[in-house]
Amino acid sequence: MSALVAGATELAAGALPAVSGLLPRAVDSAGDPSTAEAVLFWVLAPIMVIAAFGLLFARKAVHAALCVILVMISLAFLYVTQGAVFLGVVQVVVYTGAIMMLFLFVLMLVGVSSADSLVETIRGQRWIGWLAGLGLLVVLAGVIGTATYPDPVGLGTANESTNPRGIAHLIFGQYVFAMEVVGALLVTAALGALVFTHRRRLTPRLGQRERADARVRAGQTLAPLPAPGVYAKHNAMDVPALDPYGRPITSSVPRVLRVRGQEADAAEYAARIDRVIAGKSAVERGALGYEEQHQTPPPQADPAGASVGAPQIGDAVAGVDASAPDSEEGK
Amino acid sequence: MHSVLAAGMATAAEGSTAADFSNDTWWIWLIKSVGILVFLLTSVLIAIWFERKVVARMQVRPGPNVHGPFGLLQSLADAMKLLFKEDMTVKAADKVVYIVAPLIAVFCSLLTFAVIPLGPTVNMFGVETPLQLTDFPVAVLYILACASVGVYGIVLGGWSSNSTYPLLGAVRSTAQVISYELAMGMSLVSVFILAGSMSTSEIVSSQTQLWWFLPLLPAFVIYIVSMVGETNRLPFDLPEAEGELVSGYMTEYSSMKFAWFFLAEYINMLNVSAVATTLFLGGWRAPFIPADSFLQQGYWPVLWFLAKLWALMFFFVWVRGSVLRFRYDQFMKLGWKVLIPASLVWLVLVAVVQGLRQFPQFADLELRTILFGIAGVVIVGVVISLLIPEKKPAPAATRPRVLDAFADGYPVPPLPGQVLPPSPRRARVTAGAPADETTTGADAPTDPKEVHGG
Repeated sequence: MSALVAGATELAAGALPAVSGLLPRAVDSAGDPSTAEAVLFWVLAPIMVIAAFGLLFARKAVHAALCVILVMISLAFLYVTQGAVFLGVVQVVVYTGAIMMLFLFVLMLVGVSSADSLVETIRGQRWIGWLAGLGLLVVLAGVIGTATYPDPVGLGTANESTNPRGIAHLIFGQYVFAMEVVGALLVTAALGALVFTHRRRLTPRLGQRERADARVRAGQTLAPLPAPGVYAKHNAMDVPALDPYGRPITSSVPRVLRVRGQEADAAEYAARIDRVIAGKSAVERGALGYEEQHQTPPPQADPAGASVGAPQIGDAVAGVDASAPDSEEGK
Repeated sequence: MHSVLAAGMATAAEGSTAADFSNDTWWIWLIKSVGILVFLLTSVLIAIWFERKVVARMQVRPGPNVHGPFGLLQSLADAMKLLFKEDMTVKAADKVVYIVAPLIAVFCSLLTFAVIPLGPTVNMFGVETPLQLTDFPVAVLYILACASVGVYGIVLGGWSSNSTYPLLGAVRSTAQVISYELAMGMSLVSVFILAGSMSTSEIVSSQTQLWWFLPLLPAFVIYIVSMVGETNRLPFDLPEAEGELVSGYMTEYSSMKFAWFFLAEYINMLNVSAVATTLFLGGWRAPFIPADSFLQQGYWPVLWFLAKLWALMFFFVWVRGSVLRFRYDQFMKLGWKVLIPASLVWLVLVAVVQGLRQFPQFADLELRTILFGIAGVVIVGVVISLLIPEKKPAPAATRPRVLDAFADGYPVPPLPGQVLPPSPRRARVTAGAPADETTTGADAPTDPKEVHGG
């Protein structure tokens, strides 16, 4: 597809000699204007401007970030077409690939459904913002309007032994001191961030082993808790599993459902199982009335059965309630 | 994108790369682009079949063998199934981003092969042209750039689904790619230093005598590890860990959109394998065959390139079939505390050697002398580090020989070297039923038995 695009720009270069005079003089690597680049500029420039406005007006932070990414990548295209290949690629690798990714990393945690609040936190800040923006616009218009655009020179010699080599000679030759200073500054900043966010550990580190020991000491369930539902019959989350004796295991239903009171009636399911065990056929059960159906007393969950999965051995351990609800880790 | 780059570079890049694209016309570009697309898409179909078949053989089962000869049409059938499935869009999703995300993933993965040299200059319908769509002085950086933009597909897909598991997968993938891209980039820099260029065709032509994976073995190993991390494959497939995250960032995707993510993953495998082939394994060059042989010219080298590519793909599958998934903290530790420092140290070594060789005052130094010097410094460093007394680990709590199994409130088995106290029940058995002694108590030792093993 991109070959087609390039082919199209080639064609445009051939077919539009008259138009090329009207286009601004984009600069190719040799310092001469080229129509293909002008076309590329006029394709990318509106996209960039629209994306820049998107950054201003997007209600969701992630959308704003995406607009910035679009601007950055388009900018990289322009760099490349102007002979700054290295800069263009580094623009994508560093800014789009690393920095904006970190931004997005933070923004993502905000969630899809949240949008910016438009409440003014400082009185009149919107008007001040508009005024400052207008002022900037006036200044920029003044500067750009009075600027002159001389013919570019020297790009050919700068890129003589390929663009990355030219940059390397500049950075590690003429500007090596500035480069080192910036490097030292960045390292200092990174170290500073590390120092500021470092916290001394006040409590011993809790590893896998310590957690397991604590669970044993508290007398909690060691293995994963039983999954809810009765196989081949009901596998909904709110139906408690049955133990080998047909008694419902309360702890198999997620704690949240139990707290909300959304648990299915365990006794009812147990009674059904009892009826199946008793050998009554479906027809018989269908023929029975409601009261008769419920004649079978629901199995009385004995205290041991009620807290299945929570061994009572650890009761004696001081300070820990062994019959406390199972931890989330056990799930 | 790449052709635009090529167009922009047309004048500056001339002579800066080993490949000469001056004869190319638009229809040559078209042929090459379409050829690359077709190659990638069919390779993905074959790769899926290949992976399932190889993993199956490793697990001693036949694998797909119903559709077509050797089950070759299985992946085609799967692709058709995905095409005809209902395409669902999650109601609470951010629609635009949700649809764009898989597109970003696939498009970015398609870009890499533009700069991979598949062979030397060939005669394509009367035009002398290199078997490579384009090349420019920063081609390898361009590959890294495409890979880093491709991650946006995963990240945005996970975020826009508005669901917990995809978001977790996306966050993991961001952290994973950022940390492994560093090690990957630095392992590539040592190739740049030796080859003296970042253009793929020049790197290949610099490997006429010696493939770079031999002198740069540490960098090659680091690249191989980080390429697995970069493509989210086992043992580093944390963004889509089935046991923890259902299916990670693509949980909420179905039908063709899911297939696009799948496609991107497999194309990325091909991409990183192709980069490893080009930068470390001599590109399209065949080993042990003189450079002027007919086997190193024309369309033959494509065969060597593909052989190397698929050997690396086999490595991917092999690793998947034999290694377990890392835990997230182990994975991060490996990346930040092992791979990045190792690649930094290696980079400094390579730079020092190469720098010494380039200075005129050291011009008469043999490479062997430099290497021996560095080896000497390393040995002295190792000896010094051995002399520094190690921090003694805290003395392990001495275990009592007789174990109180209920000490922590829950019965535990004795550890090696420990014994259980004599069972109170055994005394009762021997006292109450002496007749049973022949079966239970006869050969039971009077002293507690030591437990061996774990």
